[in-house]
Amino acid sequence: MNAETLVQLLYLVSTGLFIMSLRWMSDPETARKGVFSGVAAMALAVAGTLAGVFAIGGTHYWWILAAFAVGAGVGYPLAQVPLTAVPQRTALSHAFGGLAAGLVGSAKYFLYFGQKNEAALSPFIVIALVAEILLGFLTFTGSLLAAGKLQEVKWIPQRPVTYPMQNVSNLGLFLLALGLGVALVLNPLAAWAPYAFLLVILLSLAFGVLLIIPIGGADMPTVISILNSYAGLSAVAMGFVLNNKLLIIAGALDGSSGLILSIIMCKAMNRSFANVLFGAFGQAQQSAAAGEQKSYKADTPESAAQVLAQANLVVIVPGYGMAVAQAQHKVRELYDLLKKRGVTVKFAIHPVAGRMPGHMNVLLAEAEIPYDDLVEMDEINGDMPQADVALIIGANDVVNPAARADKGSPIYGMPIIDADKARTVYAIKRSKNPGFAGIDNELYFLDKTFMLFGDAKAVVGELAKALSGEGMH
Amino acid sequence: MKLIHVTEPTAPSAGHAGGGHGQLDVMGALFVFMLATFIGVMVVQRVSRLLHTPLMSLTNAISAIAVVGAIIVSAGKDYPIYITALGLVAIFCSTTNIVSGFLITDRMLKMFKKREPSSTGASK
Repeated sequence: MNAETLVQLLYLVSTGLFIMSLRWMSDPETARKGVFSGVAAMALAVAGTLAGVFAIGGTHYWWILAAFAVGAGVGYPLAQVPLTAVPQRTALSHAFGGLAAGLVGSAKYFLYFGQKNEAALSPFIVIALVAEILLGFLTFTGSLLAAGKLQEVKWIPQRPVTYPMQNVSNLGLFLLALGLGVALVLNPLAAWAPYAFLLVILLSLAFGVLLIIPIGGADMPTVISILNSYAGLSAVAMGFVLNNKLLIIAGALDGSSGLILSIIMCKAMNRSFANVLFGAFGQAQQSAAAGEQKSYKADTPESAAQVLAQANLVVIVPGYGMAVAQAQHKVRELYDLLKKRGVTVKFAIHPVAGRMPGHMNVLLAEAEIPYDDLVEMDEINGDMPQADVALIIGANDVVNPAARADKGSPIYGMPIIDADKARTVYAIKRSKNPGFAGIDNELYFLDKTFMLFGDAKAVVGELAKALSGEGMH
Repeated sequence: MKLIHVTEPTAPSAGHAGGGHGQLDVMGALFVFMLATFIGVMVVQRVSRLLHTPLMSLTNAISAIAVVGAIIVSAGKDYPIYITALGLVAIFCSTTNIVSGFLITDRMLKMFKKREPSSTGASK
């Protein structure tokens, strides 16, 4: 068996393991097997590649080893971040993925150009190269900016930045990059070609920034999913350039995963891709004026605790506010205390609650709340009329009844958790300001709604304290 | 058909040559891409919604398969130094994703626990 065949066989096994890795993610029971399978697949891929390169007389092994070591050294601490920072970490790793693809694409082009290698720069290869660097570099800067927004870095604006002609100028830049791409496909070896290539890189870098600045926090789950998809597709393009099927398949798996997540996120907000990317939420302020006359009813944690203790079914609706306040462990305390009193407690999880898909599930799992009690929106809504209390912890738009009734509202049509159908609603909220989308929430003005103002962690802590105090009679 | 290309600086490699052979490769690659996308869509649709965050960090790690391309570029003999440097930086980026992606996915998955039968029994 020659080296070539061996490499291909290793790649074949690796491909199968990658597919099984995702397959095993279908159930929390088997999911960890999925990780091991993925690790094995990656190990085979790397081993096979090193063997293949060695067989053709490759060099720089010490340097390659050093790059592995430094990468592992940076990767290890990145895996130890608190779970509230997982969205930022994910965005950052999309940035790394995009950069890697962009750099390999650039290296390949300049290598072939330097060799005046006409055969290697066939139209198909150049199309793939241009796609690779476009996707790679725009994912790089876009994801860096998204990570910065999620981390709330001071000099990065949190609110969507919009300006006149935004979409038109973005489209213009994109068409310019596309035009340069076409010129490169036709003349990959022209004297001006490397400059055109560099210009495409610069345009892609700029494009990534311009795509993300008009996007607000509430849209982050969708945007992160789209960037996930781009990172995968750039790996596919690299696979086309290198004629490597393993790259194509693994990249396509990542690309389709990102695609499905973005579709789920878009459906959960009743918006289209185009609307998320090009229709910044900046225009949302008009409806706020109407709600100004109404007033909230505030309540104390002590009396709220009494109501909770009397309930049969309590549905907790967590949102980004719970993540920001890192309140999940206090929530777990409250959950335990209520359970001890025979109260049934369920968590209602909206698909876009938080800043990335599945964000709330991970935080609640970290607090060791059994996943049987984390219920999806569609399932819990049928039970909401039977709920004695809906306790909203730092969620806003996902429980706003305006999405059902108010045709003028920017979130009209978005599926929501029917918290307003519960007998009593308690809402924990940091301040009296409207949520991220800048929309007033009618739920807070209902007769059955009581507000608990304050930091989610502190308020839930007080609720738990009041409940445990009563238990000592 | 070659899966790995470390092109010699002077001679164009066979896999990249034009003509019928190259055409076949292009079509083959497109077929593979399409089939892999369908498999990906079908497999990911079945992933539990509970696990969407770990799914994303797992696919992060999987898309770091770009490390394969980065190794091929870095190991090329007699390549200009800046080409090697670009490849090495790409190896660094990909390895970061591999290590942090798999580790954090496993860390998160370890936290997902089913309700213990004893605790539900005691609560009623």
